[in-house]
Amino acid sequence: MTLTARAVATGHVATDHLDQLESRSVHILREAYHGFKQLGMLWSIGKDSTVLLWLARKAFYGHVPFPLIHIDTSYKIPEMIRYRDCLVEEWGLNLIYGENRDALAARRTFPDGAVDRVTCCGLLKTEALTNTLSGEWPRWRFNHASKQYELDSSREPFTGIIAGVRADEEGSRSKERYFSPRSAANLWDVGDQPPEFWNQYKTEFAPGTHVRIHPLLDWTELNIWEYIEREKIPTVALYYDQGDGSRYRSLGCAPCTNPIRSPSRNPAEIMVELRSGRLRNVAERSGRAQDKEDGGGLETLRREGYM
Amino acid sequence: MTSAAPAFAPAPVQDDVRPIERMNIVVAGHVDHGKSTIIGRLLADTGSLPEGKIEQIRELCARTARPFEYAFLLDALKDERSQGITIDSARVFFTSPRRTYVIIDAPGHIEFLKNMVSGAARAEAAFLVIDAREGIRENSRRHGYLMGMLGIRQVAVLINKMDLVDHEERVFEALLEEYAEFLAAVGVAPAAFIPVSGAHGDNLVGPSDAMPWYTGPSALEVLDGFSPAPPATASAFRMPVQDVYKFTAGGDDRRIVAGTVESGTLRVGDTVVFHPSGKRSRVRSIEAFNRGPQHSARAGQATGFTLDEQIYVARGQVAAREGETAPHAATRLSVSLFWLGRAAFVPGRDYALKLGTARVTARLESVERVIDASDLRITEHKPQVDRHDVADCVLRLRTPIALDLVDDLATTSRFVLVDDYEISGGGIVRGVLDEAFAAGRAAGEADDGAVVWLTGLSGSGKSTIADRVATDLRARGHRVELLDGDAMREVFPTGFTREDRHEHNRRMAFLASRLEHHGVIVLASFVSPYRASRAFARSLTRRFIEVHVATPLEECERRDVKGLYARARRGEITGFTGLDDPYEPPEAAELTIDTRGTSVDEASRRILERLGVA
Repeated sequence: MTLTARAVATGHVATDHLDQLESRSVHILREAYHGFKQLGMLWSIGKDSTVLLWLARKAFYGHVPFPLIHIDTSYKIPEMIRYRDCLVEEWGLNLIYGENRDALAARRTFPDGAVDRVTCCGLLKTEALTNTLSGEWPRWRFNHASKQYELDSSREPFTGIIAGVRADEEGSRSKERYFSPRSAANLWDVGDQPPEFWNQYKTEFAPGTHVRIHPLLDWTELNIWEYIEREKIPTVALYYDQGDGSRYRSLGCAPCTNPIRSPSRNPAEIMVELRSGRLRNVAERSGRAQDKEDGGGLETLRREGYM
Repeated sequence: MTSAAPAFAPAPVQDDVRPIERMNIVVAGHVDHGKSTIIGRLLADTGSLPEGKIEQIRELCARTARPFEYAFLLDALKDERSQGITIDSARVFFTSPRRTYVIIDAPGHIEFLKNMVSGAARAEAAFLVIDAREGIRENSRRHGYLMGMLGIRQVAVLINKMDLVDHEERVFEALLEEYAEFLAAVGVAPAAFIPVSGAHGDNLVGPSDAMPWYTGPSALEVLDGFSPAPPATASAFRMPVQDVYKFTAGGDDRRIVAGTVESGTLRVGDTVVFHPSGKRSRVRSIEAFNRGPQHSARAGQATGFTLDEQIYVARGQVAAREGETAPHAATRLSVSLFWLGRAAFVPGRDYALKLGTARVTARLESVERVIDASDLRITEHKPQVDRHDVADCVLRLRTPIALDLVDDLATTSRFVLVDDYEISGGGIVRGVLDEAFAAGRAAGEADDGAVVWLTGLSGSGKSTIADRVATDLRARGHRVELLDGDAMREVFPTGFTREDRHEHNRRMAFLASRLEHHGVIVLASFVSPYRASRAFARSLTRRFIEVHVATPLEECERRDVKGLYARARRGEITGFTGLDDPYEPPEAAELTIDTRGTSVDEASRRILERLGVA
C-alpha cells in the first residue's frame, strides 16, 4: 500500500461544505491545543480518526504537536497495525499504545469464550482506555530512533482527549458536545452537560476530571469519504473491495466486525454507494456485533468511557 | 413562498459528486408542545431514517407496552424514553430536495435552558413550536426572546396539535395574533405561522386535507425557502488570535499567527493591526497545509499568516486591517446577557469573561434592569442576575480587550462568562463606557514595566514559578529580569538577622524599581518574610504585583529540596523562616498560589493574566 498522499495543488476557491467542516474542526483542534497541556488524540486507525489526524496536520501546518493514543485489543485486523506503524514513521508521529494485559493474559475475552461481546469491549477497550489515559497502566511509545515501541516513562494523566466521534453514528453520540467533560470516575453525565455556544467551549476543568474533545461531531459518514477523496488521505485497504465483492464499512476487532457485500473499490465509489446506492439507509455500524448486544445502542458502553 | 404544489418526493438519486448544502436548524418551544414528534415526523416523511429504524422503535414500544410515538425516534437514549422528556440538543440529519438539514432538538423544559441555548446558538433558522391547546407558555416567550438575542433571524412558528382543537382556524388565528405581537416586541419577525399536526403530519412536508382553510406553505417549504447565513466577507476584517505557532520540527522556521476569520477578508500584503496592543505589521504569507500559495483568507476560514516583522502578538488579541473600522478597546461594557448558572451572577465576585479568544477577569458592576423573559416585565434595581434571567448590566474588566458592538459586528460582540469552571452566562456588548486607551501604540514601544514580587517560605516554589513566568513572558516578546534570592545572596553575601534581611530586601526592591522604570518586567523571588520590607518595595514601584506562594510549612518541609529544613531541625541553621524566625503572610496580596493544588503552568497563567498579557 502506498502511504504518500498527493499534494492537492488546485486553486480551490469556493467555500463549500467540506471547507466549512474543515474550518470548524481546525478551530476546535487549536482551542484544544491551547487549552490542555496534557492533550492526546485517540487514533483507532479507522477512517474517522485518520481524517482527524489529517485535520490536526492542517491545523498545525504539517505537525502533530501531541501524542496519538491507540488502544490495542490484540484482536485488531493485522493490516490495521501495519498501516498504523507505516504512518507513524512516515509522518513522524508520536504514538503511544496501551492494552489490558491482565485480561489478555487471563484470556478473559469474547474470542476465548470467557465473556460476552459487550463485556469484552468493556475490558479490552474501555478499561484499557481509561487506565492508559490516567497513566495507571503502562504505556508504550514509539521511539523513532530505535524504531521500537518502548515502555513510556511518563505516567502523567491526559486531561484533554481528542476523539473522532460523529453525531450521526448513533443515538448517544448525537448528544455529545464538542468539549465534553468526564468526571473523576470517568463517567459522562448526559443530562447535565455544560452549555456550548458562540465558539466558546469548556476548557476549564476541576482537578481529577478530564475533557473529551470531538472536532468531527458535525461530519457525516459521507462527508468523511468526500474529504478522504478530496484530500487523498491514505486509508486502510480493508475499506475497499479487493476483488471478492466485499469490504469493511467500519473497522474494529476481527472477531466482532464483518465485511459487507459491496463492490466499491475506492472513496469515489463509496460516496456514490452512500448517496444513492444500497447503503443510503443502512446503519454504518451494522457490521459491529457488540452494538446489538447493548440494547441497540452503545449507551451503556459509552457512559462508562467507551468512545 | 411561491410553490402551490408542495407534493414531496424523496431525495432524487445523485450520482454526481455535487456538494450538498447544509443548514443547521433548531426546534424550540415549551415542554410537551410536540417538538420531538415534529422532528420524528420530518425524518420519517422525508425518507431520512435508516432502514428498519421505525420497525425497531415500534417493536420496542410493543415490548414495553407503550403506544408508538414519532418522538421516540429522536429520544434515542434509554433514560429519556423512561422519563419522556428530551434532555439535550440531539443532532439529527434529514434531507430535502433542496439541502441537508442538521436539526437540533432544543429541550423545552426550563431545567435544560442551557441545552436549548447550546442548540439554538448553532442554528441558522428556527421553528418555534406552540401547542394549539395549551397556547403560549413561559418558554414560548423565553425561547422567542433568546432567538433574537442569539442572532437567529430566520424563524417560522408552528402551531402544533391542530388535530386536538378540531383543526379550528380561529384557534390558530388567535394564537398567531398574540404571539406575533410578542415576537415583534423582541425584534423577531417570523417568515410564517403554520398550523400543523406532528402526530398526523399535517402541513409538515405536504399540505393538509384536514385544514383546507390554510393555503400557505408547509413547514418544509418554508425551510427550503431560507438561505444559509452567508459568511460576513464584506464586513471589516476580524481574526481573534488563537495562538502563534512556531513548530521547529523538520527545520520549519515559520512563525504563524493562527485563528479563524470571524468577518471580512485578508490578503497577502495587507497591513494588520492587533488590538488592543495597537502593534502592526504587513502580511507576508497566508499559510495552508498541503495547498499551494494562498492569496486571501475569508470569513469562516480557519487560517494562519506570517508577518514581515517579528512583533509581539499573543492569543486574545484581535487582528484587524489597517484602513477599516477598528474594534473598540474597553474595560467598562454595557451588555445584555442571559444567565444559566446555578449560583446567581453577583457583584464583588471575579468571573472570567471570554470573548473571541480573549479571556479576562470581569466583575458585575451594576444591574441596570432585569427582564423576566417569560412576560417581559422589567425589574429595576435588582442587585443580581438569577438563573434564567435576562438582564442589561454594566461589566468591568480587569484588563482591556478588543471587541465590537452588536449593532456593528455581531460575532465579535458576543461573550460568555465562566463561573467556577463552568460557562454560566452569555451576552452581547451593546456599548462601551470607556475607550480604555487609544489602540495606537506604535510597534516596538517598550512594555510598561512591572514588579512581580514572589514571597513565601523556603521551598514553597517561588523560583520555579518565577522561572516559568520568565520563559512565558520572553516567548511573548517581553523584556524580563529575574531577581532570585539565592542567586543574589551569592553576589551580595548577607546575614539572616531581621535587620540584615530587611536591608537586603530594600536593596533588591530598589534594583527592581529601576528596572521597572525602563520597561522591564521584574520577577523578584525572595522569602521576604516581613511585611515592612514588602511594603517598602511596593512604595518604590509603579506597578507592584505581590504573589504569595502560600505552600504550607509542612509541605515545604516535606519537599525540602535544598535539605535546609533538615539542617535547621538538626540545629545547624538558626533563624530559619517558618521554624525559629517568623513569616508574616501578606494581608492583601494580588495573588495567592498554593502549589499543592496549582501546577506551574496554572500559576504562570494566573500571573500573566494579572499582568494583562495572558
